[in-house]
Amino acid sequence: MDLVNLFVRSIFIENMIFAYFLGMCSYLAVSKTVKTAVGLGAAVIFVLAITVPINYLLDNYLLRPGALQWLGESYANVDLSFLSFIMFIAVIASMVQLVEMIVEKFAPALYGALGIFLPLIAVNCAILGGSLFMQQKNFGNITEAVTYGFGSGIGWFLAIIAIAAIREKIAYSNVPGPLKGLGITFIITGLMALGFMSFMGIKL
Amino acid sequence: MATDKNKTQEEKEVKKKDMILFLSNSEEKEHFLSKANRKLLTDPLDDDNPITVQVLGICSALAITVQLEPAVVMAIAVVFVMAFSNVIVSMLRNLIPSRIRIIVQLVVVASLVVLVDQILKAYAYDVSKQLSVFIGLIITNCIVMGRLEAFALGNGVYKSLLDGIGNAAGYGLILVIVAFFRELLGSGKLFGFEVLGHKGASLADSTGLYAFGYENNGLMLLSPMALIVVGLLIWVQRSRNRKLIEEN
Repeated sequence: MDLVNLFVRSIFIENMIFAYFLGMCSYLAVSKTVKTAVGLGAAVIFVLAITVPINYLLDNYLLRPGALQWLGESYANVDLSFLSFIMFIAVIASMVQLVEMIVEKFAPALYGALGIFLPLIAVNCAILGGSLFMQQKNFGNITEAVTYGFGSGIGWFLAIIAIAAIREKIAYSNVPGPLKGLGITFIITGLMALGFMSFMGIKL
Repeated sequence: MATDKNKTQEEKEVKKKDMILFLSNSEEKEHFLSKANRKLLTDPLDDDNPITVQVLGICSALAITVQLEPAVVMAIAVVFVMAFSNVIVSMLRNLIPSRIRIIVQLVVVASLVVLVDQILKAYAYDVSKQLSVFIGLIITNCIVMGRLEAFALGNGVYKSLLDGIGNAAGYGLILVIVAFFRELLGSGKLFGFEVLGHKGASLADSTGLYAFGYENNGLMLLSPMALIVVGLLIWVQRSRNRKLIEEN
C-alpha cells in the first residue's frame, strides 16, 4: 500500500513539471507535436527508472555519512556526501550513453523512435532532480526508489503529452502576436499546474 | 618637467596596451571592451535573453522565485558557475575529444557547483536550506550546458567569460523581476521587509495599505503563478521588441 501511495504521489501530487518545474527546457522545446513528445517522454521514463535506483545504491553504500561501514569499522565516520552531485551526474551521463548503445544494438526500432532524444536526456533536470529528491526522501529500500523513479517518469510523460496535444490545437486559434509560441505555452502550463494542484489534498 | 610628464604618459600608454593584449585573444587584437565584446555582454539582457528568447534554464529558475533573497543568491551562484565553467571549457576546448565532451563539461560544471554549495552551506545556511536541491540542479541548468556547447567550445577565453557573465545576468534579471512581483503581491514584502505596511489581527491594528482593507494575493505564492508571470513578462517584452515574435 505504501508503494501505491508513493507511486500516485510521484505521478500527480509531486509532478516533476507542475510542482517543481523540472525538465522545463526540453518540455518547452520538444512539445510542438504529440509524436515527438511521446518519444521523449518514453525515454525519460526509461532513464529515470534506471538511474534513480542506481543512485540510491550509490548513496546508501558509498556517499551517506556512515555508509562505508560495510568496509570495516574504521570507515564508519567517513562522510562523502559532498561528492553526491558529481557522482550522480556521472552515473546519469554514463547510463544515458550505455542505454543508448544497448537500445541501438537490441531494439533498433525503439532506437529509431527515441534516437536524438536519448543524448539530450543527460542534461534534463528532471533526471538529476529525481536522484536529488530521492536523496532527500530517505527511502527505506530499493523498491521504493524504483517506484519513485518510475512514477515521476510517468508524471513527466503525462505532462509533456498533455501540453503537446494542446499546442497542436492552439495553432488554429487567434493568439495575440507577442504571446504566440513561448508566451502562451508558459501561461497554459501555469493553468495546467493550477489544475494539478487539486490533487494536493488527496491522501492515500 | 614637461618632457617627464610626457614620458610617464607614454609609459602608461604602453602599459595599457600590454594590458589589453594580455586580456584579449591572441588571435584578434581588439580593444577589450570593443563593440562586439560589449554586445556579448548586453545582448543576453534583452534581445537574446536566455529565458524568454533562447528558452534555456527555466528548470531551476521558477521554483525559487517566491522571495527575492533566494532568487538573488541563485542569480549570483549562476553568474559564478557560468563565468568560470565558460572560461575553463574554453581553455580546454582544443584538448577535449568531441565524443566525450558532454561528460567533461558536466564534470567541470559539477565541481564548480559543489564549490558553490559548500560555500552556501558554510556562510548562508538558511538560504541554502531554502534552495535545497535547486543549487544542485544548476549542473543540469540548460543555460550552462547550452552556452558551453554553443559558445565556449568555439571561442576564446575572454569572449567566453563575457558571454558567460552576460547570459547569467540575463537569467538573473528575469529571476529577480519574477521574484519581485511574486514577493510584493504575494506577501507584501521585499527582501523580507514589509513595504506595504504591517498586517495586524484586525483593521485597526494594521498600518499602511492594510489599514484600507488591502489583502495579499496568496495565489502569487503558489508555483503555477511563476509560469504565468513569466508568460506575461514574455508578452510585455515581445510587444516592445516586435522582431522577437514567433510565427505560430
